[in-house]
Amino acid sequence: MNYNQLFKESVEEYESLLSGETPVILVGSATCGKSAGALEVSAAFKGELEEQGVIAEVIDVGCIGLCYLEPIVTIIKKGMPAIFYGEVTSKLAKQLVREYIIGNDPMGDYALGTLGEKQIEGIPKLYDKPVMKPQIRRILRNCGFIDPNNIKHYIAMNGYSGLYNALQMKNFDVIEKVKLSGLRGRGGAGFPTWMKWQFCIDSEENDKYLICNADEGDPGAFMNRSLLESDPHSVLEGIVIAAYAIGAKEGYIYCRAEYPLALERLKHAISEMKRLGFLGKDIMGSGFNFDIKIKEGAGAFVCGEETALIASIEGKRGMPRTRPPFPTTSGLWGKPTVINNVETMASVSLIMQAGHGSFSEYGTAESKGTKTFSLVGNVKNTGLIEVPLGTTLRQVIEEIGGGILDDGNFKAVQIGGPSGGCLPDSFLDTQIDYDSLTMAGAIMGSGGLVVMDQSSCMVDVARYFLEFIQNESCGKCVPCRLGTKQMLDVLTDITEGRGKSGDIDLLLELAEGVKEGSLCGLGQTSPNPILTTIKFFKDEYDAHINEKRCPALLCKELINYQIIPEKCEGCMLCLKSCPVGAISGIKNEVHSIDKDSCIKCGTCIELCSAKYNAIEPVSKY
Amino acid sequence: MSKSLNDILTSFSGDKSEIISILQDIQSNMGYLPEQAIMEVSKFTEVPESEIYGVATFYTQFRFLPVGKKHIMVCKGTACHVKGAKQIIEGIERHLGIKEGEVTFDLEYSLESVGCLGCCALAPCAMINGEVESNLTLRDVKRIFSRMKRNSIEKDYQD
Repeated sequence: MNYNQLFKESVEEYESLLSGETPVILVGSATCGKSAGALEVSAAFKGELEEQGVIAEVIDVGCIGLCYLEPIVTIIKKGMPAIFYGEVTSKLAKQLVREYIIGNDPMGDYALGTLGEKQIEGIPKLYDKPVMKPQIRRILRNCGFIDPNNIKHYIAMNGYSGLYNALQMKNFDVIEKVKLSGLRGRGGAGFPTWMKWQFCIDSEENDKYLICNADEGDPGAFMNRSLLESDPHSVLEGIVIAAYAIGAKEGYIYCRAEYPLALERLKHAISEMKRLGFLGKDIMGSGFNFDIKIKEGAGAFVCGEETALIASIEGKRGMPRTRPPFPTTSGLWGKPTVINNVETMASVSLIMQAGHGSFSEYGTAESKGTKTFSLVGNVKNTGLIEVPLGTTLRQVIEEIGGGILDDGNFKAVQIGGPSGGCLPDSFLDTQIDYDSLTMAGAIMGSGGLVVMDQSSCMVDVARYFLEFIQNESCGKCVPCRLGTKQMLDVLTDITEGRGKSGDIDLLLELAEGVKEGSLCGLGQTSPNPILTTIKFFKDEYDAHINEKRCPALLCKELINYQIIPEKCEGCMLCLKSCPVGAISGIKNEVHSIDKDSCIKCGTCIELCSAKYNAIEPVSKY
Repeated sequence: MSKSLNDILTSFSGDKSEIISILQDIQSNMGYLPEQAIMEVSKFTEVPESEIYGVATFYTQFRFLPVGKKHIMVCKGTACHVKGAKQIIEGIERHLGIKEGEVTFDLEYSLESVGCLGCCALAPCAMINGEVESNLTLRDVKRIFSRMKRNSIEKDYQD
């Protein structure tokens, strides 16, 4: 069957599903949905439908990005707009079957919003909500709306029309389209995608490789996971287009093993592509041959670095090597290789489907398009968002994110993972684009935005990143291997009350040495969390070193837990739960904590905070 | 169904580029990398054992000791750290009486911390035998262990 016939058939099938007589229930079942209970909700719908003798399609879909409201369910009934429900429980699922699937009451009190032209009284439009309004969802357009296991749903949404268009052109015309779009690599470095492809073509080798980097290792980032679980074909289509552009016959997707659902979706999607002739020999009858293999990562953050990733695919230790030669000249098996990030690939398929103008109409002069970000930490509306580059941090954190959790105070936003930096409130009006963030002292990175409030200790944050990097350093370069260890030791001393005068200068000196002396990006950027926290939060370092005080009251060696007598009701809950028996007291009388036996595990604070909030950390010194 | 070591090896061609994939297959079938298995991989790929150990010890996924029937991986990603992952790990350590990287004496539970599970919006998280538990509190730790114990007793009873 040719593509145009397939497209027509897919559209008919998808539209008859959405506007047919049978109601459709979409249950958000990506990893976060599942962890919040989506599978139980899905089973509850199916069970209740069967019990009531009613027919409806229950489909497990991907993630619309409103993770803080998981499990999310969308119900589509003929003649009505699609209605989204959040925090759905098994009980609510059964009620929805009875009241809305069978009855006509959409249970507006539980609804988040509607999608479509029609409106229902009492239920806002989903995209009018502050969390959605500033977002422009292009890369994420299908996530949560299509069955990720059904290629025809993807095709119905113009899927694979990009590949179809590309195969009608010469490969250098494809590169030209990507150049006009202004797409820069979404993995973190922001290198112009077209230029990387061009370097590869310029090499005279016949054998070339295309690798998709799905080793999303930045802690705090899950954009790629969500996209692979919710809309794997958007990435796969981009991979085949890129392979065609550079003339590769073989490609790899290097996906971390910690993403089992993403791997499962990819394997199924690839088998569907082969079945329809979108992969393998003579793709879409064009004469172009290309096949993809999946390689699972084995738990090494450094394998997100291009040359380390290549070494890993070759079965070796994932240790970076010097560049030049760059992978585009000599990469996998010594052949020219292009490595592109998952979101870069999804951007390519979008550009070739909808035209380069539809991509470049958003963004800034030097940073075109939209970008996905994971907005996490101490912000109200945590989840996966997509905004045009150039949107400010304030808009993201305050408008979309809804501000700080529990109405706390914003302290910092960490951007760019372990290679990035922490920016304080004076930078909230910084635009999120490659160059503005670099000027501010951070980097865009892959898109993780971790919001911190007054409960975060910035020295501890720096120590946390150094601990991570120390574990992940491959060990090849002395400055990285030993320098990061030394920086970690100094930071540990500071957070445990052993900081001394001269430590900050020592950290800065070590940072410079590690930056200058490291071979790869991991080492070169490892001091960034320290440098930005010293620059913007020096007062916290000074308090730890000179006063043995942690302003955030987090560092265990510098605090004690204390019961507030005026608030304690003597309920004995904390006393009974203390794992080391450090709390004493009798019923209805104020309790007390023995500072010497208390291990500051947090159990008593967690239990008491909901009831009387009578326990607090205080400075030891 | 577990595959035998021979079945696993013969499904590969023996090229040294397959070493990581072979080790991953062995671990998913046996739960860890036994010494004997490394010797066989060395013979099969004609790569010295020392080199195979060099690869296996580089990657955090590979284990050289068995894990418990329930293997708990607590996420130590940035969002989880900011939301209290350290306290959760310590809570689990206290509950089980083991430290990170160890197995309980009855081989029921093992515990490790991992870089990032990618469930950051619902931090703090842990993965238990492939299933993610999210928005964890110390109270949840107790609840989850009670549930696992109940399920285990039911399973033993059915067996």
